Amino acid sequence: MRMPETALPLVARGLGFSAGGTALLREIDLVLEAGPPTLIIGPNGAGKSLLLRLLHGLLQPGAGWVRWQGRAAPRAAMVFQRPVLLRRSVRANAAFPLPLAGIPAADRGLRVAEALALVGLTDLADRPARRLSGGEQQRLALARAAALRPEVLFLDEPCASLDPAATAAAEYIIQTISRQGCKIIMSTHDLGQARRLAGEVIFLHQGRVCEHAAAPQFFQAPSTPQAAAFLNGELLW
Amino acid sequence: MRQQAGRRLDRGRRAGHPATVPDIATALAAAFGLITEGDRAVLSIVTLSLQVSFLAVALAALVGLPLGAFLAVARFPGRRPLIIAGNALMGLPPVVVGLLVYLLLSRSGPLGGWGLLFSPGAMVVAQVVLITPILATLSREVLEGLWEEYGEQLRSFGATPRLAVPTLLWDGRFSLLTVLLAGFGRASAEVGAVMIVGGNIEGHTRVMTTAIALETSKGDLPLALALGMVLMTIVLAVNAAAQLLRDLAQRRQG
Repeated sequence: MRMPETALPLVARGLGFSAGGTALLREIDLVLEAGPPTLIIGPNGAGKSLLLRLLHGLLQPGAGWVRWQGRAAPRAAMVFQRPVLLRRSVRANAAFPLPLAGIPAADRGLRVAEALALVGLTDLADRPARRLSGGEQQRLALARAAALRPEVLFLDEPCASLDPAATAAAEYIIQTISRQGCKIIMSTHDLGQARRLAGEVIFLHQGRVCEHAAAPQFFQAPSTPQAAAFLNGELLW
Repeated sequence: MRQQAGRRLDRGRRAGHPATVPDIATALAAAFGLITEGDRAVLSIVTLSLQVSFLAVALAALVGLPLGAFLAVARFPGRRPLIIAGNALMGLPPVVVGLLVYLLLSRSGPLGGWGLLFSPGAMVVAQVVLITPILATLSREVLEGLWEEYGEQLRSFGATPRLAVPTLLWDGRFSLLTVLLAGFGRASAEVGAVMIVGGNIEGHTRVMTTAIALETSKGDLPLALALGMVLMTIVLAVNAAAQLLRDLAQRRQG
């Protein structure tokens, strides 16, 4: 059996980003392989969202580079903290990126139906997307990303503005997408969420990767005092 | 038209209204009469006015809206000067536009071969020139806000600025309706340009604004006022209809 073509690993070397003379990210070296979810954690302002945007290519780094080192063309999607929904129906939102990704028209209907079923929005398919509740909107954003069947899904604090029930629903969806073979790279400031979802953890502090380790190792025996302090619930800044 | 309006004016005079300084009531009565009696001349003036303005808005929108959307999303050298030029062109004096279009379309002008001068087509051309910068500038401002919201997500989907333009135009459709109304208002209220390139020829290129100007200069103030009221009513009706449509659609879409 032939190994499926992959665009991973995603490699960053010497990655840096400054704005207005302030270095927000410095000397980031990362290798992200296929596998269980990678959770990027750290205090506010550590550069989590910025790192995701650099990895996804939404921003150009000020220093260093990001590269997909696999053989296949990268297929990545991103879901933001506040879902960006178009002023259209739920179904039209889920279908929107498919033509841009070069998905043939004949396959789009099935993909959309599957994605909406995955997030439990099948019955609301014809509703205007912006009439949905906050939790439903974020589920739709996840469905829209899932319909692309990306190899990597970037999630920027996807549950930050959701209540516990909606967070549980979103986490379940994220785990399902992950089990289907999609690499999840997600930022969160919620330690409990990181414990529930993470396969490996990247701990960012003051714009640097302080620690990059498998989840059990990180949570049981963090190797840096900053990470230990963060895990203890001390205030870091 | 003149005769009928004159008759109504006589009626007004008998009722104690002096003809030289017509009051609003006389004008209202005259306007009401002009419309209810379906005066052929007035009807043709109103119809031509609407045709010219609607066609001008439609043609200007074909250019102005995509241009505005593109300026909202694209970043390229020369964008700022283009935006500034657009802002400045919003204030183009209609008579100057009329003069320029006149020179373009006159027999010896570069587009003289079209034979458009002193025809409704020439009036459409002049109004398109007048309102395209308005539509482009206003739609850019409206859509810049939308792009701020959509930009990252659309770029994440791999949309280039060119591909984002139709999305912004469709998703901004309710706000763009207001932009179109601004263009329609300017087009239908404008007199200088259409007077120069149309010539205010009775039954051919006479529209409401040029008719009002003419009747005023001839001293037929009631008729001028009556036409003015018809014009205002139409502009009001078009705006109300568009606003209603927008509210309705927006309530549905959220």
